[in-house]
Amino acid sequence: MDIQIENLSKRYGPQKAVDQLSFQVKTGEILGFLGPNGAGKSTTMKMITGYIGIGGGEVRIGDKSVQEHGDELRKHIGYLPENNPLYLDMPVIDYLRFCADLQGVQKEKIEERIRLMVRMCGLNTEKHKKIGELSKGFRQRVGLAQAMIHDPEILILDEPTTGLDPNQIVEIRKLIRELGKEKTVILSTHILPEVEATCDRILIINKGKIVANGTAESLRKQATGQEILKLRIEDGTTDQILHELRRISSVDMVELMDRNLNRFELQSRTGASSKREVFKLCVQKGWILTELIPIETRLEDIFRNLTTN
Amino acid sequence: MHTIWVITKRELQSFFDSLIAYIMLILFLGFSGFFTWLYGSDIFLVGQASLEGFFGIAFWTLFFFIPALTMRLLAEEKKTGTIEMLLTKAVTDRQVVMGKFLSTFLLIAVALVFTLPYPITVANIGNLDIGQVVCGYIGLLLLSGAYVSIGLYASSITNNQIVAFLTALFIGLFLQLIFDVLAGNFTGLIGQILNTISLSNHFESISRGVMDTRDLIYFFSIIFAGLFLSELSLTKRNLE
Repeated sequence: MDIQIENLSKRYGPQKAVDQLSFQVKTGEILGFLGPNGAGKSTTMKMITGYIGIGGGEVRIGDKSVQEHGDELRKHIGYLPENNPLYLDMPVIDYLRFCADLQGVQKEKIEERIRLMVRMCGLNTEKHKKIGELSKGFRQRVGLAQAMIHDPEILILDEPTTGLDPNQIVEIRKLIRELGKEKTVILSTHILPEVEATCDRILIINKGKIVANGTAESLRKQATGQEILKLRIEDGTTDQILHELRRISSVDMVELMDRNLNRFELQSRTGASSKREVFKLCVQKGWILTELIPIETRLEDIFRNLTTN
Repeated sequence: MHTIWVITKRELQSFFDSLIAYIMLILFLGFSGFFTWLYGSDIFLVGQASLEGFFGIAFWTLFFFIPALTMRLLAEEKKTGTIEMLLTKAVTDRQVVMGKFLSTFLLIAVALVFTLPYPITVANIGNLDIGQVVCGYIGLLLLSGAYVSIGLYASSITNNQIVAFLTALFIGLFLQLIFDVLAGNFTGLIGQILNTISLSNHFESISRGVMDTRDLIYFFSIIFAGLFLSELSLTKRNLE
């Protein structure tokens, strides 16, 4: 099932929480939903799941409008809400059975699904405890288990890995990647490496609007206009090296970072690369090139760039 | 229907797990039993094989107990956010409201079943009017339905349980007492209207053994209105 979102909007009073958002997610795709606090991530997810009404525009899931066929579509959606609300007075097993029952899982299959979820989410040791007695990480696992119990075609996860320990984070990411092969997944997060590790595509929103949409690679390409290299060159006088580097035609500017260690930062002209020229220069002059580090624009920088002005 | 029952079952389980159900059963039985058999104008003092005393006591105990049972139904879910988890499952707002209503109603029905030894005992020591007793029980069930539905509505408009409790009690007080008292002070049309909307009037006429369609319509309209408004205040989140 594909998700298509067209001109989705939502107002809270005078404030536009979501403003003319349009994007699609295809089956077998994992979309990472990024944005600073209050950007409208959760609001968008709540509208997709049908918890709150759609302010304007349309959400279509598998060619059916959420507004008209919401009740029917919810059977196909697994949703982990923000803050992971759970019935704390219920034992894990009972709670999963309740969720399976509500989602219309066939009676014969309920026990099997529960067993599978308990195994997949690592709940075996805690399954008879009340949810209120569990630690935050285990509660998060219960939240994931209830979202997936009816084997939904669409998974909407609002910050799925908060509160998990590093081992569990790796496991859950692997799980999401597995599931993402045949399902449609939207997940929101603040953790940027997580998006790179799990998502096929990244959507960054700010103040309710899309500011970037693409793979991590394509976002990087967009953001890196100019190549930046960190260099360390030995066996030459600093000023001479500086002078020679500046004479290379593809070099835009060179900055001296550390006089004692002969460290430089070199920025190439747009679209050009100076790695080969630098190497040739060193060979020609008999200098030793001990460091040459291309600086990749990190996702953090892209995120900060796009969302801070 | 299955979905409603799933929700009802969970609510009932939660009543019993949290001891609320046991406390309610013990208090209700203790209270009504004490005043029916031991104290005040009890059966032995009145000296008649009639359960009117019991119905009068149950009338007031239920009035106080029901808001205490209904106050958490939706208010708690709204406070902890579980309502979001619940409503994004394959359930409609109406099914949630119906499920919650049914759970509390059933709990009270169970409490009333436990009082059945009273009429059985009285029937053994005197000549009990069975028809009147049946009507009395039906009256109590209708009254419970009305107060559960009012309590559910009170719980749906706030996320604070105390506010829900007091709101339900406040609305209930008008139906239970104030309209009746006011009706005595007015004549003509106003008096008649107040008499019509006073719950205690309708309850009295049923518990006296007179089944009138007007009384039934009255109780069912309150139940319906409460459920309808509860659903409306859940659905309102879509419009904000």
